Amino acid sequence: MSIKVLMPALSPTMEEGTLAKWHVKVGDKVEAGDVIAEIETDKATMEVEAADEGTVAEIVVDEGTENVKVNEVIALLAGDDEDVSDVKSEAPKQKAEKKEAPKTEAGQGEKTSRESGEKAKKEASEPKVEVKSDPDVPEGTEYVSQTVREALRDAMAEEMRRDERVFVMGEEVAQYEGAYKVTQGLLAEFGDKRVVDTPITEHGFAGLGVGAAMAGLRPIVEFMTFNFAMQAMDQIINSAAKTRYMSGGQMSCPIVFRGPNGPAARVAAQHSQDYSSWYAHIPGLIVIAPYSAADAKGLLKAAIRDPNPVVFLENEVLYGKSFDVPKLDDHVLPIGKARVMKEGADVTLVSHSHGITYCLEAMAQLEEEGLDVELIDLRTLRPLDMDTVIASVKKTNRLVTVEETWPVCGIGAEIAAEVQAQAFDYLDAPILRVAQKNVPMPYAANLEKLALPSAEEVVEAVKAVCYR
Amino acid sequence: MASKASSGKAGKPAPKQAQKKPARKSDSGPEPLSKDEELQAYRDMLLIRRFEEKAGQMYGMGLIGGFCHLYIGQEAVVVGMQGAIKEGDQVITGYRDHGHMLATGMDPKGVMAELTGRSGGYSKGKGGSMHMFSIEKAFYGGHGIVGAQVPLGTGLAFANKYRENGQVCLTYFGDGAANQGQVYESFNMAELWQLPVVYVIENNQYAMGTSVARASAQTNLAKRGVSFNIPGEQVDGMDVRAVREAGKRAVEWCRAGKGPYILEMMTYRYRGHSMSDPAKYRAKEEVNKMRAEHDPIEQVRLRLMEAKSLSEDDLKQIDKEIKAIVNEAAEFAQSSEEPDASELWTDVLAEVEA
Repeated sequence: MSIKVLMPALSPTMEEGTLAKWHVKVGDKVEAGDVIAEIETDKATMEVEAADEGTVAEIVVDEGTENVKVNEVIALLAGDDEDVSDVKSEAPKQKAEKKEAPKTEAGQGEKTSRESGEKAKKEASEPKVEVKSDPDVPEGTEYVSQTVREALRDAMAEEMRRDERVFVMGEEVAQYEGAYKVTQGLLAEFGDKRVVDTPITEHGFAGLGVGAAMAGLRPIVEFMTFNFAMQAMDQIINSAAKTRYMSGGQMSCPIVFRGPNGPAARVAAQHSQDYSSWYAHIPGLIVIAPYSAADAKGLLKAAIRDPNPVVFLENEVLYGKSFDVPKLDDHVLPIGKARVMKEGADVTLVSHSHGITYCLEAMAQLEEEGLDVELIDLRTLRPLDMDTVIASVKKTNRLVTVEETWPVCGIGAEIAAEVQAQAFDYLDAPILRVAQKNVPMPYAANLEKLALPSAEEVVEAVKAVCYR
Repeated sequence: MASKASSGKAGKPAPKQAQKKPARKSDSGPEPLSKDEELQAYRDMLLIRRFEEKAGQMYGMGLIGGFCHLYIGQEAVVVGMQGAIKEGDQVITGYRDHGHMLATGMDPKGVMAELTGRSGGYSKGKGGSMHMFSIEKAFYGGHGIVGAQVPLGTGLAFANKYRENGQVCLTYFGDGAANQGQVYESFNMAELWQLPVVYVIENNQYAMGTSVARASAQTNLAKRGVSFNIPGEQVDGMDVRAVREAGKRAVEWCRAGKGPYILEMMTYRYRGHSMSDPAKYRAKEEVNKMRAEHDPIEQVRLRLMEAKSLSEDDLKQIDKEIKAIVNEAAEFAQSSEEPDASELWTDVLAEVEA
């Protein structure tokens, strides 16, 4: 029996990577534990060790190949009792080439699902919804493809170049270059005065950041994930959010708390939670939760410049996704403005952050069934852009909200309350919410999938409000 | 067990950790103040005392609401420390904050009007007793959550180091707050990054109604920095001279870039924790003894009299002046308008800079 060497995952959310280098060639003998290859994602580089001993019989995926899926066979080893020449893979050999990276957001110049309907059917998991360009980006702007991770890093770097007072602090932000590699390269450019590794001490460094902000600096405090920010909740709410009011406007607290928020993959309840509505509840805070790389960049730059405390909720699952980002010297977006990602006549879908992925996937299916969906990305959760939502509901008369937090007192609950108050007579159906199930996040893969919202649930909810 | 074997023979003293220690003066008593300094300290402490007495009265009359924590008995701490810093050095504290505000030179009228919740208060009436600020006087609050000011003060010191402005932050907290975890998170970062912060622990012996002995495994709070290698000392917090001398030493240490410093001020509050506390957890005799033998203001008054620097009449004149200032503040705090209803909606968020 030949032994298959598979593309390994570097993290719970990694789906694919680059096979950067082979350290062995056909005919080499390897022992278990020998480093045989290096793989790379935009986040990190890791060595691949042989799990068994044997002789390299075939290199299935050449070095330099990008977008190699996790668990794909990358090499074959012959066992002791086999001849190397007898071992052959069934899969066609992959030459080193740049495969087309799957896009989650169809940007400028891409074909729409209608134009390539057949293909869309085959790749049902790849949303093929044409997304409207952002009216806040000047017409004729060039775009470059960037991951959310890179866009966030660029936003911080640009603002740090622009303003001496801006600095980043948090666990592993400097030498390790970020637990999720969002601060990659910042230490090299700005030095350890402005890129500060902290001890594991969320309550302490969040408070220290708030104090530095009160003194007029512009801290960016990274939480490795927002799950750990619960340790710092008192400083975020009582010190950062309330001080301006309690001081009669005298004290400012220009600080950004940022980091990944929301369900990650297979990390269970303590590491997998969406805090959107926790922060959106608090007067004195601004809360931003972008979906695309363009919005992540434009809104993080705005957040850093804002004189108020901003909670900037990123999403680990989105970090590695590529989007078209405006090629502008200073791409800053307005805070508090939702974006109509696609116009439609039949029903309004409102979501934010990773919730948008479920929506786009559902919309591809709903369009085929003849339903014309309008999709709104809230982008900012506090202040909520209710004007955009209300205008849309007045047009479509139907509303479904989608979010990854629990439904109770969630963003969808708030929107539903506002819509019934402001547009009651325009509603032709009850407002439905798609959200995480009302349970702590389970670890088991099947249960986790059941706990999370899904495109199918979005499809179902949209059909229900359309009485279809 | 292996771990025990490696820790050396029983009875053998553990190797002493190289402790950083500032040079200390010999025990010939605290450095005396000049006549002018004594006089100023007397005035400053008396202002706090009379102000707090008036606040207590006004609370009883229903003019001040909510929580109100008086500083009576602890005056030497803030007045002594204020004499140890320079203009620009920051001060931050918890909720027993009226004394700190007056010591930094904030206007008694504005402080009292905040206590009454009027528009003339430092926070336009929106903060109250525990939440006042003055950027002009480098007073950063006024914080209501026990211990929360400690990371904040450490952050002010971080900003000082970042800007290389040579300023020091005095971060005050009580013996109760000394048991909060965030205090030690702050100690760790402050020493790690050598931040210019003096942690002034005002040990008035009771955290609300719980004595230090009932709440603290290590009652010598000056030692709380030992595992972080932060020097600390206990100071007679009832003697303004001792406070100032220790304060100068600590501030100098910070300003020289040697990192944080801890001063445990042994002090005493005469009143209950707040206005609603009858203080039944301690004997009346204990309070009376403190008042009679250690009162910070009386100590200065006696020295001034002994030195014949001032006559009884001179002191009476000062008392009169202070009383007038406090009465004026009380007057203002009652005549100042309540905040306009529109103020409900202001100061939640700052307008975005153009």
